[in-house]
Amino acid sequence: MAKLDQSNSRWQRFLDNDIVYSFFTTPGAIIAASITFIAITAAFAAPLIAPYNPFDPAQISLWDGKLPPAWSDGGSSAYLLGTDNQGRDMLSTILYGGRISILVGIAAVFLGMLLGVTLGVISGYFGGFTDTVIMRIADVQLTIPGILVAILINGIGRAALPLELREEFAIYVVIVAIGLTDWPQFARVARGATLVEAEKEYVQAAKLIGLPKITIILRHILPNTLRPVLVIATIGLALAIIAEATLSFLGQGIPPTTPSLGTLIRVGNEFLFSGLWWITLFPAIALIILVFSVNLLGDWMRDALNPKLR
Amino acid sequence: MMAPLLLEGSMFYFILNRLAQALLVMAVVSAISFSLFNFVGDPVNNMVGQDATREQRIEIRQQLGLDDPILVQYQRFMLNVAQGDFGLSYRIKQPVSQLILERLPATLELVFASAVIAVLIGIVLGVYTGIRRYSWVSKIIMSVSLIGVSLPTFIIGIGLIYLFAVHLRWLPSSGRAGVIELGGWKTSLLTIDGWRSIILPAVTLSLFQLTMILRLVRAEMLEVMRSDYIKFARARGLANRAIHFGHALRNTLVPVITIIGLNIGGLIAYSVITETVFQWPGTGLMFIQAVDFVDVPIMAAYLIFVALLFVVINLIVDILYFVVDPRIRRGGS
Repeated sequence: MAKLDQSNSRWQRFLDNDIVYSFFTTPGAIIAASITFIAITAAFAAPLIAPYNPFDPAQISLWDGKLPPAWSDGGSSAYLLGTDNQGRDMLSTILYGGRISILVGIAAVFLGMLLGVTLGVISGYFGGFTDTVIMRIADVQLTIPGILVAILINGIGRAALPLELREEFAIYVVIVAIGLTDWPQFARVARGATLVEAEKEYVQAAKLIGLPKITIILRHILPNTLRPVLVIATIGLALAIIAEATLSFLGQGIPPTTPSLGTLIRVGNEFLFSGLWWITLFPAIALIILVFSVNLLGDWMRDALNPKLR
Repeated sequence: MMAPLLLEGSMFYFILNRLAQALLVMAVVSAISFSLFNFVGDPVNNMVGQDATREQRIEIRQQLGLDDPILVQYQRFMLNVAQGDFGLSYRIKQPVSQLILERLPATLELVFASAVIAVLIGIVLGVYTGIRRYSWVSKIIMSVSLIGVSLPTFIIGIGLIYLFAVHLRWLPSSGRAGVIELGGWKTSLLTIDGWRSIILPAVTLSLFQLTMILRLVRAEMLEVMRSDYIKFARARGLANRAIHFGHALRNTLVPVITIIGLNIGGLIAYSVITETVFQWPGTGLMFIQAVDFVDVPIMAAYLIFVALLFVVINLIVDILYFVVDPRIRRGGS
């Protein structure tokens, strides 16, 4: 029983936490988090829950191509959201496509975070010339809209690959391009947090007892930069997903063989004129809902974690 | 007494500092552009094709100076670039500078049309929502604007194409029609066909900026309407129209103009996407096509072109801030 009591109080302490409290008292946050959670789960469980495997030729028949959604005239109950021009089930391709969009988004944000936080903490902790150089580069990059930077880096990366390897490596090029676009935001936030933390007495004490710099940075500074970094990462995820979709839509991103949501919209766009609206519309709606809920979650997090930053 | 010219905090020092930074940025970008020629694709293959003989290749290499030391090549590249010479396009075999100049009017007209739409409608709606804060029309405008900001540009473009080109058949879905030449400048703003073809891309490109301007003007209006001099104007019995437009709107314009200046760069950035969605034959579409065909000279030129554009915009904005805001003058960056 004593054990149960303890877990109870732990649960209670968890509920009393200011962030958790804010979460459960903000309906928007709960809805956004639920949708995000459902979208991410659905995307990752795509092979388990999707009605068909759109990459298995045995499950695709051209006879079933271009079928409208189940509820409209000529639709089949076998394909809830209809089929595309090759007879692939739209619901399944969206689930698989969403998985790639989310994966690319997370990988890109992670890369940007790794690079940005490393440079930001170095910049803030060591100051001086290093700081000036790193933050100047970040400043200059921030004056150019992110999507343009991503398009340019991605374009150079694509062009650098031999033609036959382009499709295969396109996904990595996209991840690196978006990651390199993201880092200045992380660097700024991490630097700011580092500057505040480095002044504190316990860090001074750690210096005095002769702890190595690397230990101070990793054990004391880094954990304290994580709160604001998490906010940037969430908002960055929405932006990264949009950036990936945009690149793919421009034909510069994920190839149609393993389509992301952006690629699906691009492919469907060609059939818009023949009235096959569902091939574009449903992936677009999926993308919008995904981005919108991640954005909402990020907004709430920004307010909850840092009331000053409004 | 005048401040010493080179003292820290003087205008001259500040501009010199920013100018040096701009030059540094251009040097880095041009170095990247230059290295594209060496690391992306094989220039000899691109000139003579796969089945040239060995002697032909060696001759081409010597003609292009590819055997010279890398610094000599870089110097030559920079000298050419400074004179606006980016070499021949691999694919179209025409001077790149000429190709860019041909495409530039399309991009500039698109950006200009979007800016006009964004500014006019943005200010009108901003003033309206600022004055009639609680009317339901204002509430609808504000919610729609929130959705507009979070939608990716290309999805807005597709939506407009579907509605106005496919469904209603009012406007063309892509391309730039009705182009006539006017003293070397190819414009599509003088014909009805041209107007019809620019409406959809210009609206798509303007939506994001329009929303920003709307929100800014509304916020500024709300702020100004609370101030004492507006109350005083009311007490004097001035007409609403005189108060709203003569007093309030005029005082909101300074931040609005700053934001508009800053956002020209944003319009140019997003024009790459809009041009591709609508197959608008501007510089952005040219870059995307150049990537597909590994047309390195065009890519390099576009990179330098974009960097120069942003460096110039930022330099102007920095200097304007310095002139307007005295706090920047007291050191600090």
